[in-house]
Amino acid sequence: MIKKLLSVIALTVACVTAQAAGGSYPLDKAPNRLTDQAALQHGAKTFVNYCLNCHAATSMRYNKLRDIGLTDTQIKENLLFTGEKVGDLMKIAMTSADAKAWFGAPPPDLSVIARAKSVNAGPPGGDYIYTYMRTFYRDTTKPTGWNNLAFPNAGMPHVLWERQGPREYTSVVVHEVTKDGKKQWERATSVYGPEGYWTTTTEPLPNYTGKATSGHGFKALDPDRSMAYDNEIANLAAFMTWMAEPVQQKRKQIGIWILFFLSIFFIVAWRLNASYWKHIK
Amino acid sequence: MASEKTVETTGALGWIDQRFPLSSTIKGHLTEYYAPKNFNFWYFFGSLAMFVLVLQIVTGIFLVMHYKPDAAYAFQSVEYIMREVPGGWFVRYMHSTGASMFFVVVYLHMTRALIYGSYRKPRELIWIFGVGIFLCLMAEAFFGYLLPWGQMSYWGAQVIVNLFSAIPFIGPELAIWIRGDYVVSDATLNRFFAFHVIAIPLVLLGLVAAHIVALHEVGSNNPDGIEIKAHKDKYGRPLDGIPFHPYYTVHDILGLSGFLIIFMAIVFFAPEMGGYFLEYNNFVPADPLKTPLHIAPVWYFTPFYSMLRATTSDFTWVLAASAIIGAALTFLRCKGLAKLAWPIALVIVAVLLRTIDAKFWGVVAMGGAVVLLFFLPWLDHSPVRSIRYRPGWHKTLYAIFFINFIVLGYLGTQAPTDAFNLMSQIGTMIYLAFFLLMPIWTVKGTFKPVPDRVVFHAH
Repeated sequence: MIKKLLSVIALTVACVTAQAAGGSYPLDKAPNRLTDQAALQHGAKTFVNYCLNCHAATSMRYNKLRDIGLTDTQIKENLLFTGEKVGDLMKIAMTSADAKAWFGAPPPDLSVIARAKSVNAGPPGGDYIYTYMRTFYRDTTKPTGWNNLAFPNAGMPHVLWERQGPREYTSVVVHEVTKDGKKQWERATSVYGPEGYWTTTTEPLPNYTGKATSGHGFKALDPDRSMAYDNEIANLAAFMTWMAEPVQQKRKQIGIWILFFLSIFFIVAWRLNASYWKHIK
Repeated sequence: MASEKTVETTGALGWIDQRFPLSSTIKGHLTEYYAPKNFNFWYFFGSLAMFVLVLQIVTGIFLVMHYKPDAAYAFQSVEYIMREVPGGWFVRYMHSTGASMFFVVVYLHMTRALIYGSYRKPRELIWIFGVGIFLCLMAEAFFGYLLPWGQMSYWGAQVIVNLFSAIPFIGPELAIWIRGDYVVSDATLNRFFAFHVIAIPLVLLGLVAAHIVALHEVGSNNPDGIEIKAHKDKYGRPLDGIPFHPYYTVHDILGLSGFLIIFMAIVFFAPEMGGYFLEYNNFVPADPLKTPLHIAPVWYFTPFYSMLRATTSDFTWVLAASAIIGAALTFLRCKGLAKLAWPIALVIVAVLLRTIDAKFWGVVAMGGAVVLLFFLPWLDHSPVRSIRYRPGWHKTLYAIFFINFIVLGYLGTQAPTDAFNLMSQIGTMIYLAFFLLMPIWTVKGTFKPVPDRVVFHAH
């Protein structure tokens, strides 16, 4: 019975994982830099300089950055610009009402966004941030002039575009269309230039038998800048993952000791139980 | 002046015993409470449920010291506990993991009762108190889940409270009365907080006390499902019984230490448990204007949530037809007054199934699936208690039931599709049929001979 139950549980878990894998734009795996203090500090700098103007992180205090190796003096000199104190929370001047009027929806608070964007039994939220920040493309039809693959029609413009440099985006879609009352497959290739204007070419696929597919590709016109940007975003994603739960590294370190203690306790309890029960026949 | 009670103890203990039944209580419930010696793995979960209850109360007290039950501050105050209260993250993770693990141990505890027939005469009241505890636990979990004030908290509560509006005539007013507002709001949060920290825990503790008092009155069942009191030594002690203390206290400490290894591994290494213990969407603050695409309750509610969603308008045809078949069956099989009463009641149910909105019947299916458990002692007519001595195909039925329950649980976590909906409808029928047809199937088949004394292999 237990074996049967276990196999069902295993099957269920496998189904859940398979489900989670399907769906929207596949996320890139963010490099794990949670133990790299230099990367986290660099991510903090990017976050405070670029994100923390429209987005707040109201659960986060500046002096919590001590946990990633910064001193109060370093925080004061490098990360506080408008007279905040190191003990302040990461709030912003823009009110929620103004934000709503200007952007349509207030930019979300980012304190725990890395946890919120995680997927059940799937990729962590850091992967989403890493992918989202690297899949902007120019699209002149959008109010901000930008569109995004991980979050289509996002309300946020590509704030860091200068750091990423100009890029060309190519989308290849294979789909079934109806032409002259007849269903047929075609491949549509759209190339979005760095200015946001695009050209689409279609090509009929008369002998195609597969399923509808879509492919995406970016070409960096300034590859060095784009690579440096990828590294910067990896650091930012690591920082935001850390910020979502600052205690996470410490928690795992303590956990090893707790499990070590409990294992010894288990052995003691096991022998104690055995010595009492050996008389029971 | 009344004469003093004569006691065997002397000194300070004697002084107490003359005024309070201390020694006799310890004897009656621990040192001279005889439990069957053949308990197996399944018997750990009662004491573990007790442990988790205490853990939830203690961690809960510390959380209440820092949590703010106010729609404007609730979400922030949870993050405040996680970041700024010393050790707050540990207390909060123990509480959130404890909530899920409470259901894990209670579901396993109930499985034990099911397979060894622990609800059978004379233990009906233990079982009824137990199902009451399970209901309280569900209420406690539901009220508590609103408190972090995340998106899932908010919309989960919205969905469940809206269910009450499906009740004919009084529904809409009832839903407003429960919420204290037209939508889930600060008023709702405050009253849910009151229920979560005071009302339900009080009832829960009372029921747990009644559960244990009733258990100690009749004594534990065991994996063989036979009465150990049938064979006693010259002092009146059951031959197959051993004192609860020290044998089962030391045994339960072993069980607890194993449980704690799993529990702490979750707390320290996977507190979200992949989004099933702490739902990721609940890290987004509640927003009354933004409905999430997919609202799923926490895993322990999902089997019942599946039954709720399965009850569509089409499905009430199936249920109504089943009620008619039930009417025919009861007419053929019952005697006396029941020969008329049951068929008439079932035909009325069949008519109502098609006249009242299916949404209401979804609520009935969900609630009924739990309420049905209360009647289990009178549905099971098997001549033996334990699954060990039942026909082989009974074991298959139990296996189907448990697998079906897990599948329903899985379906409840998923967004509905046509195929999934059909599966949950079949699953709901299996769940209902398993219990409602018990009077018929539990007496059929060749039962194995039940031993006179318990089967025990020395450790």
